[in-house]
This record gives sequence, structure tokens and C-alpha cells, in this order.
Amino acid sequence: MAVITGTAPRSMPSAARRNIQSFYPAWFYLPAAIIYGILYLLPTFSSVYFSLTRWTLFDSTFIGLENFAQFFREPFLIKGLVNTVIFAVVTSGSKVVLGLLLAVLLTSNVVARGLLRSIVFFPVLVSTVGVGITFVAMMHPTEGVINEGLELLGIDGPGWLTNPRLAIFSVAIVDIWKGVGLATVIFMAGIAAIPQDYYDAAHVDGTSPFQSFRYITLPLSRPATVTVITLSFIGGLRTFELIWTMTRGGPGFSSDVIASVIYKQYQAGFYGLSTAGNVVLFILIAVLAVPLSIYLNRKEGHE
Amino acid sequence: MRGATRYAVSAAAYLIATFVFIVPFAFIVLTAVKDQRQSSVLDFSWPTEFHVWDNLVEVITTRNWMVVTAFINSTILTVSSVALLVVFSAMVGFVLQRRKSPWNGLINFLILAGLMMPPAVVPTIWLMQGIGLFGKLYGLVLIEVAYHLSFCVLLYRAFIATIPRELDEAAIIDGAGPLGVFFRIVLPLLWPVTATVIVVQSVAIFNDFVNPLYYLPGNKNATIQLTLYNFQSQYQTAYNLLFMNIVLITIPPLLVFLFFNRQIIAGMTAGSVKG
Repeated sequence: MAVITGTAPRSMPSAARRNIQSFYPAWFYLPAAIIYGILYLLPTFSSVYFSLTRWTLFDSTFIGLENFAQFFREPFLIKGLVNTVIFAVVTSGSKVVLGLLLAVLLTSNVVARGLLRSIVFFPVLVSTVGVGITFVAMMHPTEGVINEGLELLGIDGPGWLTNPRLAIFSVAIVDIWKGVGLATVIFMAGIAAIPQDYYDAAHVDGTSPFQSFRYITLPLSRPATVTVITLSFIGGLRTFELIWTMTRGGPGFSSDVIASVIYKQYQAGFYGLSTAGNVVLFILIAVLAVPLSIYLNRKEGHE
Repeated sequence: MRGATRYAVSAAAYLIATFVFIVPFAFIVLTAVKDQRQSSVLDFSWPTEFHVWDNLVEVITTRNWMVVTAFINSTILTVSSVALLVVFSAMVGFVLQRRKSPWNGLINFLILAGLMMPPAVVPTIWLMQGIGLFGKLYGLVLIEVAYHLSFCVLLYRAFIATIPRELDEAAIIDGAGPLGVFFRIVLPLLWPVTATVIVVQSVAIFNDFVNPLYYLPGNKNATIQLTLYNFQSQYQTAYNLLFMNIVLITIPPLLVFLFFNRQIIAGMTAGSVKG
């Protein structure tokens, strides 16, 4: 089979072979292209123009870079920008570390492995709004379950969502809680693809479990690592749902991210400014996430 | 791991998992069945009285049976979006994998852009208002299709690469047209990946909060995630009802998880290991 498919056609004359292209007609693209073009590409491209205007949806006045100037002048908008990057770095970093450790645990012979896998993965499928509301209740500074639990241990729990310095990190913890299961299954697939022979050979050579993790699992699960970093970093930059259901960007503007700024400006009717926020987010992803993913993928090729 | 170490590690793992993952879910369920006064304390305790039925009825009937309307809306949204996604993205994946053309580079670029770049919200609303799709359920269906196309096309293209071209050619020699080749030969063979797409996208669209928030305002149109969001302000003192609503909207993903665990994990890890 492989030999035949590898070489030229067996039963078809070459003219028919060329003609076969017409059996893969370009109009198959059409339905998808119309929906994608009108509802995704067109707004995305026009956002560059509208971000340069004062816009009421009915008419727009060109004001140059004024929206962007305002974006970088207002302290609360800059705060949103900084928070977005912090959030993306903290969540993607933690998901890589915790996801890898959990994947190692869940591919070992731990008791009732399937059950533990399900427990870790299930939060991925639960509604983000539901998770947000649950943790708001659990993180309540005086009555919440978390602080009452800490009190039993003699620890005075912080105001998770009421302390302006802490709020963004509390939301990040919940994001990690919800998302680590996805990172774990990606790492598990990566570890499952490593040939068992390597571990057997290392075992014969007398390596410790830590050494086989350090010199076999870690380097060979690199493709999975790249996926987890890229996915969760971009997801972190775009984050909105948890922030909005847990803090609405508060207290004050202390946990605003770009996506929540976009929504707030939209609600306030500053459509041009909101769209400028969108363009800033595009640029942030293009400047941070795209090079990161190219860099990680290239280095993989060298090894 | 052997013997004692294995049991020690396992015990530690279950202890941590209980506190980190089980307690929040137990908290949801316990709060959902308490009476209002006990639920407002927000503590992790056994309900003094069980109010499963009362709470359920009250959540369902609030605001003119809003939850029921929302469940219907969410179901229509999920089913139609996923149906369109399956057909349209399989068609794109098929031609993109089979047909060599100078446009393929551009198409691949647009697909990757769709995976990475968030949509521009206000211009989309402006455009949807212009063509009469704003605030309409079918408008949101098309939005969900547009936003999830990229991911589905990638899944399909990778899978179609494993189906031998000889199969298409045999069908062509037997006189099938392009539609016949695709719908009668290729699409049925794609079932494993179609199952994955259906399961993963259903959960994603059912749980979607942002897009209905932006593109489908109004109580009549609320999807199930928005009822939760609306009740969050209304039920500030009635945590039992709020959490009963969380239980309700967690049941569909839970069922999907119990029955289609394998497809979900296959879909979410697809292409991540070999690149």
C-alpha cells in the first residue's frame, strides 16, 4: 500500500490526474469564507480605522492617534495593560509547571489514576461564570471558606478580592485552578508519546527517577510544553470572563485587564476608545505571543 | 513507584485533590440545597434542612421562567452552530488538504490569525447592526461559527491527510461528482474527528459568556450563562438560588464529560504533541 501510494498514479492517465483538481472545487471554501470574512476579518481590519476616530456608531470623526494617546495617558488604562501581561505570564507559567508535575503523577502508577485524572480535568468543562461566582463566595474576606479554613490553621487570610494589590493574583489563581487540567492532558499526551525503551535503557544504567525525569521526560515533552505555553499565554492576554465575574476590574481599577477595559469603554459609549483597546490587544499578541511561539518552535528544530 | 512510596504519594495526591478540587464542587452542591438564611453564611457545612425541590422550582420560575427560555436559546444556539461548523469546516479542511494552490499559504495564515487574534468587538456590533444580525439568535449562531472555524478546520485537515487519495479517485472513476465524493465518501470517514468536534465545540459554545453578552443583549434572548450573570446581582442575598443555577448549568457538561471523555481529551490535545 505504502509503496503504491508513494509513487505516481497507477490507473489514471496524467490528463485525468490534472483534471482531478476540479473534484476539489474552490467553492467548497465559500460558505466558511463568507461567514469568516464578514463577521471576523472585516471587523478586524476596519477596527484599525475606527480606532483612529471618535465614533458614535452612526458617524465617525477622524482624530488620528488621539485614542491611543489617551490610552497611554490615563493611569487606569495603563494599569489594565500591565495587568494583562502580568496575568498572562503568571497563569501560563504556573500552568506549565503544575501541568507537567500533575502529568508525571497521572502517568505514574498512582492508585485509581483514572479517577484522579477526571477530578483534575473536570473544571475545564465547567462554566467560567459559575466558577467565578463560586470563588467569589469562597474568597469572601471574613466569611469565605478559604479564610475560615486558614483560620483553623492559625493563619490570618488576606482579603483575596478586596485588597487592590492582591485581586488580580487571586483571579489568576482561579484561572490556573480551572485551566491546569487542560495543560495536564496535553502534557500527558506528550509523555505518552515518549518511547518506553528510553526509560528502560536509563533504568538499566541505574538512573534515579529524578534523573529520568530531568534527562528524558523534560526534554522530550518539549512539543507539549510549547503548546501549553502558547495556548495559555494567548488565553491569558485575552482573558475577560473570570475578571468580569469576579471583580469587574475592581477594587477601583486594580484588576482591570485590556479586555475588561474594552467592555467598560463600550458600555460607556466610547466606541473609538474601546476599539483602540482592541487594536492594542492585537498589537500585544502580535508583539509578545507570535514571536514567543516562533522562537519556541524554532528552538525545537535545532535539538 | 513501588510499595509504600506508591501508597504514600497516592494518599498525598488524594488529600490535596480533595481540598483543591472536591471542596469547591461540594460547596456548590451543599449551598444549592440550603435555605436562604443558612446559605448566606457562606460556610462549608451540612445543610440543616434540604430544600432541593423548593430551590429548583424557584430558580426555574423566577422572572417568568427565564431559565427555561435560556435553556431553549442555548440549545438552539449550540446545536445549530455545531451543525454548521461540522459541515463548513470539513469542506474547507477537505479542499485545503487535497487541492494544491498558491492561495493555500494565505488561507493557512488566516486560519492561524483566527486562532490567535481576539475579535474586534465594536466594529462587529456595528457591522451586525448594518446587516440586521445584531440581537438575533441566528446572528449569534453565525458569530460562533466564524470564531470557532479555525480550530475545526485544523482538526479536519490533519485527519483528512490520513485518508488515501486513491479513495477519492476510485469514487471519481465510478462517476461521483465533487459533492458525491465529499458527502458520500469522505464525510462518513471523518466520523471520529466529527465526534470530537461536536463534543468539544458543544461544551465551548454552551459555556460561552462573552459573545452572548456583546451580541445578544436583552432578557428575552438570554442564554444560560447570562442568566447566571443576571442573577448574580439579583440574588445577592439568596446564595442558595444562585448556586442552584450553577448546579443546573453544570449538568450538561457533566453528562458530556461522563459519556464522551475520550473525544474531549482527543480534541483538546489534538495536534499538540507532533505539532
